[in-house]
Amino acid sequence: MSTATANEVQLLNVQIDGVWMQFPKGTRVIEACRQAKKHIPHYCYHPKLSAPGNCRMCLIELGSPKMTPDRKPIVGADGKPEIAWIPRPQISCAQDVSEGMGIRTDSPMVRECRQGVMEFLLINHPLDCPICDQAGECKLQEFSVEHGNAESRFLERKVKKPKSVELGPRVTLDAERCILCTRCIRFMKEVANDDVLGIVDRGTFNSIACHPDRALDHNYSLNTVDICPVGALTSSDFRFKMRVWFLKETATVDTNCGTGSNITVGSRENTIYRITPRDNDAVNGPWLPDSHRLNFKYVSDERRLAAPAIRPQLGDSAPTWQQAINLAAERLKKNAGRVAVLASGRATNEELFLVSRLANAVGAVGVDILPRTGAADGMLIAADRNPNTTGAKLLGVATGKLADIAAGIRDGRITALLALGEDATKAGLTAADLAKLDAIVATDILPNATTAAAHIVLPASAPFEKRGSMINLKGRLQRLNKATNVPGNARDDWEILRDLILAISGSNGLHSIEDVFKALAAEVPALAGLSLSKIGDLGVDIALPK
Amino acid sequence: MAYVVQRPELTLKEKVYLPSILSGLKITFGHLVKTLKGETKVTMQYPEEKWDASLPEHYRGAPTLVRDERGRERCVACQLCEFICPPRAITIKPEEIPAENQYAKVEKRPAEFDIDMIRCIYCGMCEEVCPEQAIFLRKDYAITGITRAEMNHDKAKLYELGGVFQGLVHKWNPEK
Repeated sequence: MSTATANEVQLLNVQIDGVWMQFPKGTRVIEACRQAKKHIPHYCYHPKLSAPGNCRMCLIELGSPKMTPDRKPIVGADGKPEIAWIPRPQISCAQDVSEGMGIRTDSPMVRECRQGVMEFLLINHPLDCPICDQAGECKLQEFSVEHGNAESRFLERKVKKPKSVELGPRVTLDAERCILCTRCIRFMKEVANDDVLGIVDRGTFNSIACHPDRALDHNYSLNTVDICPVGALTSSDFRFKMRVWFLKETATVDTNCGTGSNITVGSRENTIYRITPRDNDAVNGPWLPDSHRLNFKYVSDERRLAAPAIRPQLGDSAPTWQQAINLAAERLKKNAGRVAVLASGRATNEELFLVSRLANAVGAVGVDILPRTGAADGMLIAADRNPNTTGAKLLGVATGKLADIAAGIRDGRITALLALGEDATKAGLTAADLAKLDAIVATDILPNATTAAAHIVLPASAPFEKRGSMINLKGRLQRLNKATNVPGNARDDWEILRDLILAISGSNGLHSIEDVFKALAAEVPALAGLSLSKIGDLGVDIALPK
Repeated sequence: MAYVVQRPELTLKEKVYLPSILSGLKITFGHLVKTLKGETKVTMQYPEEKWDASLPEHYRGAPTLVRDERGRERCVACQLCEFICPPRAITIKPEEIPAENQYAKVEKRPAEFDIDMIRCIYCGMCEEVCPEQAIFLRKDYAITGITRAEMNHDKAKLYELGGVFQGLVHKWNPEK
């Protein structure tokens, strides 16, 4: 079926820098050149937005086949059609390829055009790169090095425009740096459907502005900062915090909802400074909601749990990990057959796999995850705010028995609770209910009502601090990577679970996260044949059992 | 192949040694007399006396931050020196200049600027890379301290050592 549709797409012969190639009909000239490994500098063009062709940076030479008077292409000595070149340069972003088209991306005229466009774009540019947050990932800087002049010939006074304008709660505009590519305007109009940005004033005083009665407060407003090719729009949160070249970029997955948007975490020396979307057309494209990308401050919270703790009457006030694990195992074994496990939909597949093993080892009467829901926005925020509900269902951890567990704790059938990264009071239990339990073992990253009531608290790791895999709501298996280290003496969740299983039922031969995934892939048919490295940065679609 | 070095044939005068010793002693006593008369000065009484006057203009001493003749702190916390510093001696924490400040146009300045002088190797890369003419290696070479904390030059100390520099480029001129 798929081959039939592929055959229907018409392939066109196009000559790029003297080489004849074939591209499907409907390919933009700039995209065809990119596929031919000829990079064309551009500012206003963005593959996900309309192409107004206003920056003029992507100028190239175009030509069409020479025709005889009876409209037959003239074939040259090499058997290929001869090309009649258009004497003026053309923009490559707003034009599709056509049969017999000729493209020159590196001719003297094209080079001169780029140089001229760069000189014009930099006429009023403040050249404040030392303070500009975009420096290091700025297209003006990059193309200025490649195509610009070393010195400015502009002797007149530069035009002054508003600086440090708060367009919205999260975006700051510096109009002097703006090159008026209108990417932000088009994003707000075409993708966010909230047409609040526009260009005001005339001629050389043209500048980007927000509608006077409105603010750029859309939940996707920070995407305008990502697509801004220069430093005009900057994130108010990241403003002046850190130069981008210091940031270590870790490719990982967002854990705020079931969409599993792909993200890049920028961190330096164990501190996260920003989160930006990572291009993945199968999941989130190049976009990410503001609420998701700004939700990382809790990782560096001062209250982070950093050492295992046990209730004073149970022993040492500062137990070692081994003591805490042994005590937890002992208390759970004592209550074997009356244990409930409250797992988390924020846990990775590896952790959930070990949770089900641990539940078997202690003879748990109930296992479930804490559901977490919110409003879906119809774009990238899913109603299910747990990132790995699909994985929990696949591994049999999400059973829907949460109400039974709560009832069992209330009527005394369940006497021990293992809370793994979730607060049991959010599952309909009160502090008084928890006080009745003989043993509460809690793993978490921040203190909450359950860790306060717990007999044994084991500090775990945040999503940015661990490796593992998750399955999003559409059944795409994706990989989490470690950006920062855990605070103090905290540990990876899977290691805590492994040690608990070890203390309860003996060795299991799991020494690394890869081992856990291997064991997982061997047991779960949907993951058969996969490994953590095979998932890759973009993830793989898996066949979920119906 | 072995290469035989011919030893020089010594004359009688050389074989006796004494004439050579005497000519050497003549130079020694010559210096002694000149020193006693105060004609030559052999020892510099460091640290009471210092080399400072004879240090060349390009001497690379401790890195310092400077203000210009208008009293503006030149550094805008671009962190290029932190990036280039081979021993990673520099640590900068940037901040935004408040709107009421007369230099609010510059927008950014260092909140903290630390140079660990135990790490510093006096290479001058920070001065070379600075796009704002804000960091200069001055002629202080005797950087000493009893604790590690003392060897850490913070922003206040760096400005104290750096002082005011004349004749720098005024890049942030509001006219431009």
